[in-house]
Amino acid sequence: MKPEVERVFYPSLVALVLLALWQGLVVGFNIPVFLVPSPVRVAQVLVTDAGLLFGALVNTLKITLLSFIAATVLGVLIAFAFVQSRAIETALFPYAVLLQVTPIVAIAPLIIIWVKDPTASLVICATLVALFPIIANTTLGLRSVNPGLMSVFKLNRATRLQTLLRLRIPSALPYFFGGLRISSGLSLIGAVVAEFVAGTGGTGTGLAYQILQAGYQLNIPRMFAALLLITVTGVLLFAAMSGLSTWALGDWHESEANHE
Amino acid sequence: MTETFAVEILSAEKTYPNGTRALLPVDLKVREGEFVTLLGPSGCGKSTLLKMVAGLLAPSDGRLLLWRKPVSQIEATGHSLSFVFQEATLMPWARVQANVRLPLDLAGVPHAEADARVADALAMVGLSRFAGSLPRELSGGMQMRVSIARGLVTRPTLLLMDEPFGALDEITRNRLDSDLLDLWLAKKLTVVFVTHSIYEAVYLSNRVVVMAARPGRIVDEVFIDIAYPRGPEFRVSTAFSQYAKRLQDSLLRASGANADAAL
Repeated sequence: MKPEVERVFYPSLVALVLLALWQGLVVGFNIPVFLVPSPVRVAQVLVTDAGLLFGALVNTLKITLLSFIAATVLGVLIAFAFVQSRAIETALFPYAVLLQVTPIVAIAPLIIIWVKDPTASLVICATLVALFPIIANTTLGLRSVNPGLMSVFKLNRATRLQTLLRLRIPSALPYFFGGLRISSGLSLIGAVVAEFVAGTGGTGTGLAYQILQAGYQLNIPRMFAALLLITVTGVLLFAAMSGLSTWALGDWHESEANHE
Repeated sequence: MTETFAVEILSAEKTYPNGTRALLPVDLKVREGEFVTLLGPSGCGKSTLLKMVAGLLAPSDGRLLLWRKPVSQIEATGHSLSFVFQEATLMPWARVQANVRLPLDLAGVPHAEADARVADALAMVGLSRFAGSLPRELSGGMQMRVSIARGLVTRPTLLLMDEPFGALDEITRNRLDSDLLDLWLAKKLTVVFVTHSIYEAVYLSNRVVVMAARPGRIVDEVFIDIAYPRGPEFRVSTAFSQYAKRLQDSLLRASGANADAAL
């Protein structure tokens, strides 16, 4: 079997075995559907409630993508500012850390109160969650220039701009893509968490809101279905970022190269 | 006719802010067209000295001149220098062609002319067939050749080489050594070469400058009076062994003096 096929085949096999086991246990022990629904039941709900669930998914995805883009743009800009001078970095880095360590659930209510537009408030929350890995990784990348290559540029009297475009940015790319991979997942998590906070306040249209509602109504199969959608979305986002990384760095960077 | 000096090192020294004396004041003059090797153990300041010549490090005192001008004004002399590092220091994301063209791109040389010069430089190091390869697809020796091609593409008159073949196996190193001599003879370059290999120093140089460590300083100077071109038979000749012995004694004496000083 080819490695690419193996990478899909074996995890799928595990999934099938686990699902079969789950189905068997639920049916065998006659477990009530409001405790643990069987996979078949979840699949049924996914079809019957498709309009509701996929509508919610689109909303969550919208928040996720908007915040992911915002985090990427902001994070890169901040990283560029950081590498311009040590003073800027020293002055501001603690606040970037502050941003990272403050739990989003603790500040989300404030943001939701302050920002009128619900979409904007959710995007701000999710952006805050996804921002830090982009800043940290891109800054590290822009600084991780081979000192020998730096000397080559210096000896050839390269300007600051030439060094940035031809050396710093290409050197930073592998780190930047690593940041993207982490942040893609975090922006989804941020979006869901923010929706939860907004949802407990009675507003919301995303998957988290559906989970909350389903919980109030003890509609456990729908809860599982929503959860499944969130998980699958996260995996797809991660895969997309990995694909982008391979496409962009493919033939040169060691972490992406196929060594025999 | 008075001699032209390509490099004049006038009481240049390097002391780091923490007080470490990397290099005591050094005086050394390299004639135009000469092949001079700085030989010494780790920590003797040979790389430091070479980097000061290139202007990569500033001396804490003393002066360094290239064709009677400070390195920052080398353009005014009509000369130019290239530095070849211990590692190939290639851009891993760029193909061989683009790596070699880098100095020309940075200087804004038009593309057509740059490409022609890159082709010349690659031909000189025998890598014309690999212009489209990525660095990681090449062996260590080939990567080093690319690095040398990048050094030659600007048509320098002074080549500074910091243990360029130190990481290579002996067979590859010997080959590159003789290729380097061919280039040096063909292009009438001035070369300052740093190595910790006695044999490499003898094989390559007009003159070997022996350095010692802690603190870094020059302790001896040996002229290798053997005509070029030097073939592989030179490596196994009696004269070669005598020169090697002479350099080895000199290195041992210097480290012995250090041991005495430590007592």
